[in-house]
Amino acid sequence: MIFVEPRAVTRWYHEWLAVLVALILTLLTASVLLAAIGLDPLSSLHRIFIKPLNSVYGISELLAKATPLITIGVALALGFRAGVWNIGAEGQLVMGGLCGGAVALAFWGVDGFWVMPLVLLGGTIGGLFWGAIPAFLKVRFNANEILVSLMLTYVAILLLSVMVHGPLRDPDGFNFPESRLFHDAATLPKLFSAGRGHLGFVFAIAFAIVGTWVVKRWHLGFEMRVTGLSASAAKFAGYSRDRTVWMALLMGGAISGFAGVVEVTGNIGQLVPTISPSYGFTAIIVAFLARLHPLAVIPAGLLVALSYLAGEAAQLSLGVPAASTQVFQGLLLFFLLGTSLFVNYRVRLGQVA
Amino acid sequence: MDYSLLSSILHAILVASTPLVFAGLGALIQERAGVLNLGVEGLMIVGALAGFATALAGYPLLFSVIAAAFAGASLAAIFALLVLRLYANPVATGLALTLFGLGLSALAGAQYVGQAAPQVSVWTIPLLSQLPVVGHALFSHDPLVYLSILMAALIWWFLKQTRAGLILRAVGENHTSAHSLGFSVMGIRFLAIAAGGALAGIGGSYLTLVQTPLFVEGMTAGRGWIALALVVFASWRPFRVIAGAYLFGSVTILQLHSQAFGISIPAQWLSMLPYLVTIVALVMISARGDKGVAAPGSLGKIFRVSR
Repeated sequence: MIFVEPRAVTRWYHEWLAVLVALILTLLTASVLLAAIGLDPLSSLHRIFIKPLNSVYGISELLAKATPLITIGVALALGFRAGVWNIGAEGQLVMGGLCGGAVALAFWGVDGFWVMPLVLLGGTIGGLFWGAIPAFLKVRFNANEILVSLMLTYVAILLLSVMVHGPLRDPDGFNFPESRLFHDAATLPKLFSAGRGHLGFVFAIAFAIVGTWVVKRWHLGFEMRVTGLSASAAKFAGYSRDRTVWMALLMGGAISGFAGVVEVTGNIGQLVPTISPSYGFTAIIVAFLARLHPLAVIPAGLLVALSYLAGEAAQLSLGVPAASTQVFQGLLLFFLLGTSLFVNYRVRLGQVA
Repeated sequence: MDYSLLSSILHAILVASTPLVFAGLGALIQERAGVLNLGVEGLMIVGALAGFATALAGYPLLFSVIAAAFAGASLAAIFALLVLRLYANPVATGLALTLFGLGLSALAGAQYVGQAAPQVSVWTIPLLSQLPVVGHALFSHDPLVYLSILMAALIWWFLKQTRAGLILRAVGENHTSAHSLGFSVMGIRFLAIAAGGALAGIGGSYLTLVQTPLFVEGMTAGRGWIALALVVFASWRPFRVIAGAYLFGSVTILQLHSQAFGISIPAQWLSMLPYLVTIVALVMISARGDKGVAAPGSLGKIFRVSR
């Protein structure tokens, strides 16, 4: 009989070995799937994963897609460490984009250095507010934050849809459900001459560094980690569970909202009915791929961003639907979760007493 | 009031709600065993594709439904392996299941896009279907509508009246105690996950076999998440799942007909209702916290046999 027992000490190289094994298993399974639909695995993988990176344009696009993934990934990594399951980052992102976009439209045509910070602040507050709802309901009524934040995601997406079909629609837009293009003062500068990479990426990196600092050096980070690892130990130490819930969801909401407003002002340039291809959900994979280390969220975010580019490349050059990229993302998460067993537990042969 | 309009709206509500009944019951049976599976959306769409492909190949409805159930159960087995044997985080695993199912169905279903499944025959119940207004609306449906109601009754009977159902609930309430009593927590949870996957698969197949006899990638459009909400809304009771599903279905249909009723608010406000109602229901259930309606005690917790 095979059984497992918890490891007394988890070693850092076990963690990264598990990630490496998960990546290899994902690529192998993807190759099998590609072969099953009649494609040559090696050349196909080269075409979808390597070729898109062969130009400044490709790198720029990669950074544009990695920006929201890294930003939100950092917030989720911190929240998951605290055992608070904010599954609604997507909704918080959408609210951030909507509120920030509304501020940008309100000051349309106004120039001034203060416009951009105001727009970013508006988005952050929008996300903060959306994260505060599940936090309040959890603390006050003990309502499950997974379900509440998830339900609110759909409400946020519908709210954005109402707004761009109605009040925020471009008055000269022939009734298309789009807002006007944001004014220059409310647009984040691009990083390269080609592609959509923008200043938001620099913010994302900054978040990852600050996040690492919070986890390692701040007492708050320690408090959240303890609460996540053992509720009873946290209670014994006098740490408040409610405080952790509030912190994790407010921070997650604010940062996801910031990611949303950065996405609309840096990447899209206007409000449209769909501002995110599920970045808020995919950021959960990013957080797990990084094994909840904020700094490791940077490479993890870049890798998952590459899977988005790969999906587009697959559609163009292999003729498979872009949505197949979710097969890759799903497999990666499966293998990451499966291999983490070997990090936290020792597998042994013998009898269970 | 035009009765034929009312009758056809009632009919449409039942059709819109049936996938939610199946998927909601599937989520319910897992949650009563203590398993929170966020992969319902992925299970549904894989079932939708499997059922559709079988129907296109010319097999009868029964075969299509079995194929959908089998596809759902097989995909759910991956979830079971990860969560039960490898102690993976159930929240993240469920999410991975949704992503994987959506992607896999898009990849494998690309060849079926644009084709139409054969029409499913209607079983008209004699006499009852002749009743005014409700006759056509309630008693002139495809067999799956009747099956969904039968299934709720069956699950109610199983959970409430059988020894196996009692054991399943015991595992969901307190897996440590159930284990101490000698019940196989893993085995029971595996069966519950497989059954839940099969039901979600059937729910998905209803979309491609009856509702819109077409397959489009991502066509479940969030119904899997509504099914999960529904179980909370129904406070983990099978018949309340039916009631909840019909309520959610009514909102969907109401929104389609809102202009006919002279309601001029944007449809999106109505679409928000199911989600908002669920949050309110969740808050009420959690705040009351009495034993009768509370969530199963071990819901979503990882069970590991210690040495």
